[in-house]
Amino acid sequence: MNIMIIGATSAIASAVARLYAGQHQHAFYLLARNTRQLQKLEDDLTVRGATAVQTTMLDAQADYLPALEKALGQMPEPDIILMAHGVLGDQSACEKDTDALQQLLDINTVSSMKMMTVLGNHLEKQGHGTLVFISSVAGDRGRASNYVYGASKAAVTTFLQGMRIRLLRAGVNVLTVKPGFVDTPMTADFEKSGPLWASPETIAAGISKAITKRRGMVYLPWFWRYIMLIIIHIPGKIFNKLNL
Amino acid sequence: MAFQSWGGYPYGEQQGLFLPGREAALPTPGKSVLPFGRGRSYGDSCLNHEGFVLSSKRLDHFISFDEKTGLLQCEAGVTLADIIRACLPRGWFLPVTPGTQYVTVAGAIANDVHGKNHHRMGSFAHHLESFELLRSDGSRLFCSEQENSDWFAATIGGLGLTGFITRATISLRPVASSQINSESIKYRTLSDFFELSQQSADDYEYTVAWLDCLAGGEQLGRGHFIRGNHARSGPLTVASGQQKKSIPFTPPLSLVNKLSLKAFNTLYYHRQRQYLQQSQCGYEPFFYPLDGVLNWNRIYGRKGFLQYQCVIPQAVAEDGVREILQRISKAGLGSFLVVLKMMGDIRSRGLLSFAGEGATLAMDFPMQGAKTLDFLTRLDEVVSQAGGRLYPAKDARMPAELFQQTYPAWQQLESKRDPAIMSDFWRRVTGINGESA
Repeated sequence: MNIMIIGATSAIASAVARLYAGQHQHAFYLLARNTRQLQKLEDDLTVRGATAVQTTMLDAQADYLPALEKALGQMPEPDIILMAHGVLGDQSACEKDTDALQQLLDINTVSSMKMMTVLGNHLEKQGHGTLVFISSVAGDRGRASNYVYGASKAAVTTFLQGMRIRLLRAGVNVLTVKPGFVDTPMTADFEKSGPLWASPETIAAGISKAITKRRGMVYLPWFWRYIMLIIIHIPGKIFNKLNL
Repeated sequence: MAFQSWGGYPYGEQQGLFLPGREAALPTPGKSVLPFGRGRSYGDSCLNHEGFVLSSKRLDHFISFDEKTGLLQCEAGVTLADIIRACLPRGWFLPVTPGTQYVTVAGAIANDVHGKNHHRMGSFAHHLESFELLRSDGSRLFCSEQENSDWFAATIGGLGLTGFITRATISLRPVASSQINSESIKYRTLSDFFELSQQSADDYEYTVAWLDCLAGGEQLGRGHFIRGNHARSGPLTVASGQQKKSIPFTPPLSLVNKLSLKAFNTLYYHRQRQYLQQSQCGYEPFFYPLDGVLNWNRIYGRKGFLQYQCVIPQAVAEDGVREILQRISKAGLGSFLVVLKMMGDIRSRGLLSFAGEGATLAMDFPMQGAKTLDFLTRLDEVVSQAGGRLYPAKDARMPAELFQQTYPAWQQLESKRDPAIMSDFWRRVTGINGESA
């Protein structure tokens, strides 16, 4: 298969790439901002069994559509496209400073929707393929501690709900992944103990399975579906008093 | 993420840091640090309670692999399982592997680990070409047999004390198949083991025995002698690793006790009916039977366990092993797994490498406080008298005196120790505090 990954050097995306590379039969096109990390990942996937690896720098805060066009020119028939770029942002900065808010939305929401539009149209024309987006459980219900990040992901989730229906008619699957707590450099400041924390490898295995099964939306690991089911049904009066 | 040793003893809250990448500088948090891989050392050689451990988890990238020569370059935190997954489908395998594939490359160097083919292939560092050593003064030493050879020798088996290995180049060995042709021989006495080892050394690359440690008297040392070779043809398939079982939590008390030991050892010994059983199996059940149950160390409960692994020199191997087994039998203590192997005469490359010619015996004992510790000092007497030594990677309790007597090069290692690096093990066996950093 041809696998294209945007935000390829993020922990979850790298884990997905490694999982597929280990099957010794797939080619990769990797896009990310940090070219040094990108080079490292290219070397790594090559040893792990990728049949070919191409890379291009893509910065979600700069002019990213040309990079995407270039990638689609060099890998014209991608079977899987995974979008895993994004930032956690600084909630308290976003509360005070609308520039910070704008920046977070530009990266997590606007760039994602614009790229999804380009990629979705490409796959629609191609008539097959899977488009995967890493969203978050944080988008399911706003919480005081990170509602900006949550909203930035929720918007894309809703966007993809609709786009999925549109593209299904063309034979293209859109998959939204909602990971719970994942032990990655992005969450380096959290205290990571307890059964709720999962490794990027666990998430990657879940993503691969969901791709194969042509799922539309998955919580990973699976139990987050039930945690979020409870969370979204807690009455506001109670929820507002919880310190989540 | 908890930083612990595999044996769970000694236990204590261990603080950890991550080296973000191979180009990063060694952090200086104001206290000592200690390179940490996957926590597969059993005792306190991977712990540093006075300071921090420094995880290599983010250094998990491969760098290059030459399919023609088998030369592999990777970062420190790449595990042996990663290497197998990447290289076995192309016909390359680890030249030396310990009993678990979940150790890092840097850990394998720092403990100069050995496997069932020591008599043929030596230990891990015999297949090591070079590595980069990052020091707290910011220097990066490229070390090989030719360059910085003194640092090369000190870092092999150097327990992580000389600096942080950032990347290494090792040489893999070609295989025609991922399958192993193995034979299991049910033997009756300890002398049989030594005879079988001698007979098998030339024709079998891999030899090892599992002993029923509860059998005494005439049957002392009885067990299964396992020997094998790589199959000459067959598939090159990597185990999926999907259906592994796991011990989900640590029970409050050890599940390993007199009753379960007797049952397990007896059943295991008699599981094989005939004298010789031949089979072809995948590399996983042959090399890594314990990896089949993730977190198996948890069965020993919260108090943890101690592994005791010694090597007894060739000349007195049989007497030494017999004496140890008799003392275990007399004390009524048993071990779930007793593993015995003859190591060859290939000279180790590290200053403090453990492997050496003779018999190596490894046993696990549940930690039962002073009773267990006292008993192990009685085994020390045998090891010391026989001129043997204990394996630091497995140790949590050997007396400083025994260490210094059996590893006379320790002061050379101390002179090469990075002043910012320290471990609980090193404090214990040298008496040096090392918190000047």
